[in-house]
Amino acid sequence: MATEHGAGHGASPTDYILHHLTHYKVGEGFWTWHVDTLLMSALLAAVVGFFFWRAARKATSGVPSKYVGFFELVLDFVDGQVADIYHGDRRFLVALGLSLFTWVIAMNTMDLLPLDLPGGIAGLFGAEYWRVLPTADLNGTLAMAIVVLVLILVFSLRAKGLAGYAHEWVAVPFGIWLAPANLVLNLVELLSKPVSLAMRLFGNMFAGELLFMLIALLGFTVVGADLGSALGMVGQVLMGSVWAVFHILIVVLQAYIFMVLPIVYIAMSEEHH
Amino acid sequence: MDVNATFIGQIIVFLILLWFFNKFVVPPLAQANADRRKKIAEGLEAAEKGQKNLDEAKGQVDALIREARERANQIVDQASKRSNEIVEAAKQSALSEGDRLVAAAKQQIELETAKARETLRREVADLTVRSAAKVLGREIDPARHADILGKLATEI
Repeated sequence: MATEHGAGHGASPTDYILHHLTHYKVGEGFWTWHVDTLLMSALLAAVVGFFFWRAARKATSGVPSKYVGFFELVLDFVDGQVADIYHGDRRFLVALGLSLFTWVIAMNTMDLLPLDLPGGIAGLFGAEYWRVLPTADLNGTLAMAIVVLVLILVFSLRAKGLAGYAHEWVAVPFGIWLAPANLVLNLVELLSKPVSLAMRLFGNMFAGELLFMLIALLGFTVVGADLGSALGMVGQVLMGSVWAVFHILIVVLQAYIFMVLPIVYIAMSEEHH
Repeated sequence: MDVNATFIGQIIVFLILLWFFNKFVVPPLAQANADRRKKIAEGLEAAEKGQKNLDEAKGQVDALIREARERANQIVDQASKRSNEIVEAAKQSALSEGDRLVAAAKQQIELETAKARETLRREVADLTVRSAAKVLGREIDPARHADILGKLATEI
């Protein structure tokens, strides 16, 4: 969420936004590492993992504590979703869905932090730039999507065997005589899944983040005790609040989509054509 | 927007998280869940069974109570019948005893009357003899005139 403006970061609104869209980088060319994305996502994974691990350690068949009950509720929700979609041994898919759902929620929630707070804190440790939202970095979303792609391939091969899967690549949907067309179509179909997954989450979170920045720009209009400044400030607080509340929905909704779609893709990949 | 090595790092982070969830989070939680589900199912079944047993026991109790009530009524009936009998018998024996006493008393009275009459007769006879002697001026020998005296005595 937008705080009172961070005009100290840059001289102009353009600089302010560019500053907020720049990763804290280490390395050159392809071997550039976004330290902020890596650190935030790893940290949030550790937090999510820790909370669930504590719940899992305390879980008994007796009366669950409120703490354990909450995490069981989340697990039950994911389990129910997976059970609706996939009919088979779903233990691994539940783990996949649960880790995606909770991790993506945790990462998306970073968007609700005051816009200049994480950067300010990082600045204390000498980081010039700091983007706190790992899901607004294409690397973050694409990484999850690629893992899902690999899982789709693994599940397809497991269900159909190498020969069966290869046959599907060349002979479906148009028959063996149109093998090249089949190949191209299957490739597009396969690749569209991770790409759409990654782009959807990235686009939503990037746009949300950008809108927070634009709302924060209203703070630039506050120059003194005049009417324009007052309007700007009220507008920033009001719109920032409204967008933050709406964004809560997006945070959970996108996480939910990122949980359900991979399960759907994997379930589809086991079907024989 | 650029895709770079961060991407590889993110894959590793995600794989670690996935492995962790798959190994340390989901199995124990799901196990606890399944165990609890089983426990609850067993508990419900036991409760149902208990309810059924209770219903059965209630039926048995009702039957027992009904039977006991019937027996009690029977006993009360018997007792009142018996008491009536006893009272009747007592009345009967009291009546017969009374009759017996009255009969005995009558007999006694008759006996006494007879005795008194005998005595009176004897005294009258005696008196008659004596007054007759006085009238005749001489002794009447009771032995000689016993027949006359006896006749006289019976006439009184």
